[in-house]
Order: sequence, then structure tokens, then C-alpha cells
Amino acid sequence: MPHLSRAALTALVLATGFLALFPLWGDTFYIRFVTKIMVYALFAMSLDLLVGYAGLVSLGHAAFFGIAVYAVAGLVNKAGVTSAFVLLPAALGASAMAAAAIGWLSIRTSGVYFIMITLALAQMLFYFFNDQKYWGGTDGMNIDQRPTLALGDLTLLNFGSRLQLYYLALACLAGAFVLLAVLLRSPFGHALVGIRANEGRMRALGYDVQRVKLIAFVIAGTLAGLAGFLEAARSTFATPALLGWHESGHVLVLVILGGMGTLYGPVLGAFVVLLLEDYFATLTDRWLLIMGVFVIAVVMFLPDGLAGLFRRVASLARGRGRSAGDG
Amino acid sequence: MADAMLETRGLSRRFGGLAAVQDVSLAVARGKVHAIVGPNGAGKTTLINLLSGDLRPSDGKVSYQGSDITGWPAHRVAQAGIGRSYQKTNVFREFTALENCALAAEARLPRLHLFRAAATFRETAARAERALALCSLETRRETRAASLSYGEQRQLELAMMLATEPQLLLLDEPLAGMGPEESARVVDLLKRLAADHTMVMIEHDMDAVFAIADTITVMVNGSVLASGAPQAIRANREVQRAYLGEDAA
Repeated sequence: MPHLSRAALTALVLATGFLALFPLWGDTFYIRFVTKIMVYALFAMSLDLLVGYAGLVSLGHAAFFGIAVYAVAGLVNKAGVTSAFVLLPAALGASAMAAAAIGWLSIRTSGVYFIMITLALAQMLFYFFNDQKYWGGTDGMNIDQRPTLALGDLTLLNFGSRLQLYYLALACLAGAFVLLAVLLRSPFGHALVGIRANEGRMRALGYDVQRVKLIAFVIAGTLAGLAGFLEAARSTFATPALLGWHESGHVLVLVILGGMGTLYGPVLGAFVVLLLEDYFATLTDRWLLIMGVFVIAVVMFLPDGLAGLFRRVASLARGRGRSAGDG
Repeated sequence: MADAMLETRGLSRRFGGLAAVQDVSLAVARGKVHAIVGPNGAGKTTLINLLSGDLRPSDGKVSYQGSDITGWPAHRVAQAGIGRSYQKTNVFREFTALENCALAAEARLPRLHLFRAAATFRETAARAERALALCSLETRRETRAASLSYGEQRQLELAMMLATEPQLLLLDEPLAGMGPEESARVVDLLKRLAADHTMVMIEHDMDAVFAIADTITVMVNGSVLASGAPQAIRANREVQRAYLGEDAA
């Protein structure tokens, strides 16, 4: 069963320390950019709970990300609510409810059918926002104000400050990591991994497989909603593309390239892919072509993703021998 | 039967036009070992799948400890105290022997815990260790299931079932593919288990069946041909013709 090796733990502490100190020398552009990357890393990590641990390949995960953005947009623009005390629970609640409904329908299927039904249901939500003028239609809409977080006159957090937003995203990413690590050590986490390995056997042991899957689906959707809330605060823009299958596919690529079934893999994937996309885009307008070659290369030569590469390097550094045992 | 722990009445299962199990009525007495024998394709495994909830019957009823469990999903049947093992080894190959049993034992926690580390449930860990020890696998606890020998995997299969602490065991060919030495060890284990469990067992090894079973049901073509005490079955002419071969008995 999965557990963190010492090498992974060390790398994790170092990476977190690096991210915490990065604003000391990073320039404005990169502080903004890394904030965006951390939001996507959180989004990808939430999907990995389904893809990497439960073995549920969802191609509709962006729905829960996007619906949180629209929940914020709707409350701010239509109702004039800006308090994060309202916006955050509303965003998480909208995502959780959408995940409960879509999950309830989709977990009855598996394999390719699960991919298709999550895709179809998420596209329904996409068209809901895409086709209605009220929600800004295809163009989307600006979110008029950033969220506020204050107790009386005391401002706890200024969402307009790029530095505070950066640290909020980092805290959410680290918090989600810890939460998922705790979940994965629990009997629930063991059940998830067991279901991925052999669903029928789990039933025979007495596990209510559908229920475990649905809980995982709702947790993953809610965490995607947290990423969506941060995205709304960061970009102050809601567009239907955020819910679309293109976005779902993109986050799936982050998970697969980064390494499914590890919590740090999707984070690694988000950093490498988004930084490379940014770099390739400065080289040529045809940057997607280069990106495609990169994706194919990783899939062909690193079947366990970038996390697998990291593991190999770590076990080489440790000397041969104990090659098994890290996870 | 008054003290039947598990009872079926007119149990049938059709796959399209094929009646895999047809009008089977059985009573499994509490604390007894009930063997089901018959040629390949007789519907024995289908019957076990109907009892365990892996398949829904097309017709008929199953009752367990007096309550109707017909059509219950497999996990509910398991939670009610009916454990099963598979003919084809069905363990978690990537997990160690202990992890396999721990996963089984955790299935018996009264509710699904999300935040408490699984390792902190002492009773569960103890149950997993007990099941391993019962199946003589304690020295292999840290070995990945995939690296265990075939016979050990079969024993692990039983250990996982036992880690859920069932009252009624559904065993689908527990001796399948085992060498004589391993086979003798498992027969010995089954005899010990028979002391405090009720068992329904499919088995082709007739020596083992006659050594363990209190009741034998012979199935042919999805139906019950005969059912009774081992001596009666051994003496039954029809059974001899259909299954044991003309020169038996």
C-alpha cells in the first residue's frame, strides 16, 4: 500500500521550503505564474485521488473546478456578496453537490463507459453556462470584485495582494496534500486502493464499493472546487472553457505526466507542464506541436510519469539494493 | 430443517437459455460441513455465487439465520457474516500477505473511517495476524502476494476470508491445484475450522470431501441429483453412475 519514502519526504520538505521562500527573489510575473501553477497543481492532485488511487478515470473533472468559479462570479456579480466566509463555502458546496450528482450517476459504470459518462455530464454543465446570456455566454464574464476576508474592520487577507494570494494558494496546496495523505492512510484510503486493484474481491470482503467510490468522487470534486475558488480570486474571470472537456483533458495530462497514484506526481506535472508550455510558447506559435512531442516522449519512456523518474533517481542515489519498498 | 443456518428454496439461475442452476433446495445445518460435488459444468460455482450475492437468482429464495437475503448485494451478504473464497486465486497481488489480511479485517469495522490511520485499529491488526497464523503464513507476512508460491496464495485466499471473521464459509475448491503436501495442510486447516464454523464447500478431491463433510450434495446439470450423509451418497447407485464412476464404492 502507498506510503512516502524518506527521499520523497525530503524532496517534499525542500520543495515546500523553496516555494515558501520563492517570493523573496522571484519577480512579479513569476509570483503570479507560480500562483497559477499551484492552483492547477491542487486541481490535478484532486483528480489523482480518482485516477491514481480509485482507478476512476474521469474526463469531466473540470466541471467541479469551473462551477466553483461560476459560484463566485454569480454571488459577486449578481448578489454583490464579496465575503470569502460566504464565497468559499458556496464554491465548495456547488462543487460538492455537482460531484455528488455526477458521481452518483457515473460510478455505476466503469472503464471506458465511466470516461464517457463523466465527459457527457460535464459537457452538459459546460453548455449550461456557455449558452446562457445570464452567465455571460461563450465570452464568460469578469468577476467585478475580488473576495474579501475581514472580521469587522480587520482585514485578514487581501485577495488583491499578489503575495498574499501566492501564500494562500501555497497553504491550500499543502493543506490538500496533508488532507489526502491522512485520507489515504485511513481504512477509507486502503479501501480505495483495494477497489482499484480488485473491485469484486472488495465486495466479497464486505466493502460497499459504490459508497466508497462516491465518497472519493465528492472529496475530489470538492477539492477541485477549492482550486476553482482560488482561480476565481486569482484571475477574476469566469469562462465556460473552465468547465469544458479541453480543460478536463489538460488536467488529466498533468496527472498522467506527473505520475498517477502519488500525491506529489500531479504537483510535479503541473509545474513541469505549465512551465514548459510557457517556455515553448515564447519559441514559436506552433508550441503545441513541441508540447505534443514532449507528452509522447514522457508516456513512452517514463511509464510512471515524472514521479517515476524521481523515484528512479532517488533509488540510484541510495545505491542499489532496496529498490522495492518506496511508494 | 429447524436448525438450518442457510437455506435455499427453488433456487434457479438462467443465463439466456441455459439453466446453470435449477430449482436447488438445500439446508445447511449450523456447525456442519456441507460439501457440493459434481462434474464440471454442474453449476456448483454458480450456486456459490448465488449464495454470496455475486449473482442474483432468477428464481427462488435464500435465507440466512432466518432472514431472507435473496438478491442482497455481495457486500451486504459478507457483512452479515458469510465469507467466501474463490476457486481461482483472488488476492491483491501487489500487497503483502499481511496487507491483504488487514484489508479484509478492515472490512469489518462498524463504519468507514476517513481520518483515523488504519494502523491505529489494534483489534483489526490483531485479527489480520490471527488469520495469517491460522493459515500458517506468519513467516510470510511481509512478502508480496505475487511472490508467494501457488499453495501459499491459496492459503492467503483462505486467510483473507477468515480475517473478516465470518460464521459461514463458502469455499470454492479450496484444494484446487495443490500438491499433496499443501493439500494435506489445508485439509487439516479445514478440519480445525469446521469445529466452529458452518461451511459450504465445493471440492473435487473426494478423499478430502469424505474426510471433512457431514453432508454431501451431488449436482448434475444444474440440479441436485442426491443429497445426504457421506455413507448414503457413497452407496447411492445413481451417484455412482453419474459421477463417481461405475467401479466406485
